[in-house]
Amino acid sequence: MQRCKGSHDLLPENMMRFRYVEDIFRKCCLEWGYSEIRTPTLEYLRLFTSAGTLTSNMLHRLYSFLDWDGWSGERVVLRPEGTIPAVRLYIENMSQQEQAKLFYVENIFSFEETGKDSRERWQGGFELVGSREPTADAEVILLACEILRRLGIDGVELHLSHAGFLKALLGEQYHDLDEFPNGDTQALQQILAANPQLTQALRESDSSFLLFNLRGRSAGFLQNLKSSLGTVDPGIESSLDNFIMVTELLSAAGVDYQIDFSSSKGFEYYTGTLFHFHLGRELLGGGGRYDNLIPLLGGQDKAAVGFALYIDQVIRFLLDEVTNTTAQILATGNIDTPAGWKRIIEMARLLREAGYTVDIDQGYGSVTHYRWIMRLQSENYEATFSVTDQLTGEKVMTNSVGKILETLEKGQKCH
Amino acid sequence: MSLKLALPKGGLFQSSSELLQQVGISLESYDEQSRSYRPRCSAIPELNVKVFHEKDIPIQVATGNYDVGICGLVWADELLCKYRYSDLVKVHNLGYGRYNLYVAASRLSGISSLGELKTFPDTIRIASEYPNLAEHLAMALRLKKFKIFPLWGAAEAYPPENADIILSLQSVFTDLSEYNLIPLTVLLQSSAFLVANRSSWESKDLSRLLQPLLTSAITQTSHFDSLPKEADGVRSSISPVNPVTSAWDSCLRLALPDGHQQHPTIEFLRRAGIIVRGNFSPPCQLRINLEDTLVKVIRPQDMPLQIANGGFDLAVTGKDWVLDHLYQFPTSPVKEILDLGFGRVKIVAVVSEELGISNLVELKQWMARNPHHPIRIASEYINIADRFACDNHLSPYRLIPTWGASEGFLPEDADLLIENTQTGRTLAQHKLRVIATLFESSACLLGRIDTARDQTKQKKIDAIVPMLERAL
Repeated sequence: MQRCKGSHDLLPENMMRFRYVEDIFRKCCLEWGYSEIRTPTLEYLRLFTSAGTLTSNMLHRLYSFLDWDGWSGERVVLRPEGTIPAVRLYIENMSQQEQAKLFYVENIFSFEETGKDSRERWQGGFELVGSREPTADAEVILLACEILRRLGIDGVELHLSHAGFLKALLGEQYHDLDEFPNGDTQALQQILAANPQLTQALRESDSSFLLFNLRGRSAGFLQNLKSSLGTVDPGIESSLDNFIMVTELLSAAGVDYQIDFSSSKGFEYYTGTLFHFHLGRELLGGGGRYDNLIPLLGGQDKAAVGFALYIDQVIRFLLDEVTNTTAQILATGNIDTPAGWKRIIEMARLLREAGYTVDIDQGYGSVTHYRWIMRLQSENYEATFSVTDQLTGEKVMTNSVGKILETLEKGQKCH
Repeated sequence: MSLKLALPKGGLFQSSSELLQQVGISLESYDEQSRSYRPRCSAIPELNVKVFHEKDIPIQVATGNYDVGICGLVWADELLCKYRYSDLVKVHNLGYGRYNLYVAASRLSGISSLGELKTFPDTIRIASEYPNLAEHLAMALRLKKFKIFPLWGAAEAYPPENADIILSLQSVFTDLSEYNLIPLTVLLQSSAFLVANRSSWESKDLSRLLQPLLTSAITQTSHFDSLPKEADGVRSSISPVNPVTSAWDSCLRLALPDGHQQHPTIEFLRRAGIIVRGNFSPPCQLRINLEDTLVKVIRPQDMPLQIANGGFDLAVTGKDWVLDHLYQFPTSPVKEILDLGFGRVKIVAVVSEELGISNLVELKQWMARNPHHPIRIASEYINIADRFACDNHLSPYRLIPTWGASEGFLPEDADLLIENTQTGRTLAQHKLRVIATLFESSACLLGRIDTARDQTKQKKIDAIVPMLERAL
């Protein structure tokens, strides 16, 4: 038997990495006042088909089908991303709240043709609903930065862009950006050149170079760009001002970033700040502001901003310490009689309550995986356990749980 | 090295036969009179030919059962727009069998352009034999609210009461206004197409077959528009209309079957004192001697879904299709009101006589001897076949949906067939053996569990049932 094409198993080592990421993600979100939600794996297809939701490319990779209630003509999909279902959940259940801070860890499904990459992926996402303020953009980015910092992954770069600015500048051709790989500045230049809405100032300058080749590292870059544009339409100006404010807030919080307009791709629903976290060529997560999505899906006129951490990507870059799966203590010895069994499970319970991992020997393994070997020498209460520290070679004989704990603590302090 | 060619029955048959003859690939027994599904080719002895329903051909070629096939482009695109990475390669347009796939609305629906669909205030109901293309259309138009009703056929009968738009394949010479329809766009220009399996194309020498066919093929462009354009002149052809569904909604709505069940149904109704008159050929215009009752003719396979949705109040269909529907949709509100007794068939599991199997126990023994070979189960009743395989632990199994000519699948392209039979003669002619009877089916009056139905309509139903009972 084999797993389905395009699906992946998570073996114990990767599962430990997964839980490590999930735990840090959840802990950070809770500490920042976000509440956990979980949306269904199945949603109606029509949730994702309106213009302004998914890109055409994503739409055509949906897992859509008729389920057992499909006699109604409704098609359902396996959830293709996290934000739209979270927004649906907010509209359906929480719209009386002026503001909501929500997070989730969920799987998402998207067809991938070769079957080599997984068609099921995992995301940790959070959404801040109900604020148009740049401080909300900054909060979401700061929380994302903190999660990545606590995960201990070095070398992550934050790339910023602004969908509102690019949409105001490029009009409908903004969506063409999705067709080009990141950094394809030549293609971007063609889009720009073809756009009749472009201001005279931009036409006369080396606009594509200024916009797509240079990388800003402060709000000053955006101020310079604003100056180079000259008089522009109010949509472009207000978007730039918004972007400038967000970058100033990030700088004030000590966040390093690159302003990179060539990284502007993804979902149709973004309207403001866009941000992506890169590690070399890999994308670890991203998000942005989406002020039109809630009204588009039938909710009130509420603005929102969110982020998604790509867990499958992140676990590849975790430090090895995370996956130290070694059980600490192997409980072994004379355990195949009821009396011996009772002695060993009682002692194991006490040690587990003290916070240690105790693996009862079922005769399968090598003792080298364990820090300590706790061997029951005899089943009566006068008899003792021998506890051997495999790292130091130290060995004690005792029938006292206190003495065993003392030995373990001493060993831990040494190493 | 053997070459395997899948050829169509039905609309493309005559032209395909002529083309093959012209290019020197004459086939014995590929004619309308023949009941053989395996025409022989003396010109290319290594060529194995099988005849299928046109819709089955892209699937058979994509799965690698056949190297090359001929089918309408519309069926190839119906597969490819959903499963774009399947192993089906569109090789060349053969030029004949030209049809347009229209997106059409009723002249009475108030919809006159694709643009209006985007702002349509209610849920847009799309009915089609091509549900994948319909879904593709809904996505391309970025529709907000829509439902898709897959059909076996007779889509033209649905608007405006049972669908807002349909995807309808019509000859380029057909005037849709005959059906009271207006085309919103031509989604696809379809014609006979040569299709190939990707792996065969990449690794096998198919030239003995392809060269003569391609040399004679008429070059013609044909493509699927991912973003459909408005049909030329549509707007000018539309007269102002009012939405009309009020009469349909208030009347009792009865669905009668087309095809071979139509005559016995009309005859049965006549015995019950219910007379249906008019033109039974599309576009049907029927009258019935029941007050406030409207009649449409649709496919019996489609009736359970339509009854479930409230598109019709009553339908005469086979129990086999009701059960197939309920196996797929257990929450469906359809209910059998009355067994009408006629149209009796047995739904049976059959295998090729070549296998030497006579019952299910022996089938399982045969499977046990072939543990790495999933049993291939072909059927028009795909949900019944699925349930049968699960209930009888026929694991592993693969389902092959078929759209007719199912007997021809055994033994090369399927191991087991779930099929209906009246006398068993057809099965015997194809050297097939029944190894299990699943159930007996007959025509039934189908209705809907509907607590919200208005009392007037319920009284009409209550009055019709005793009339039918007297005719039993």
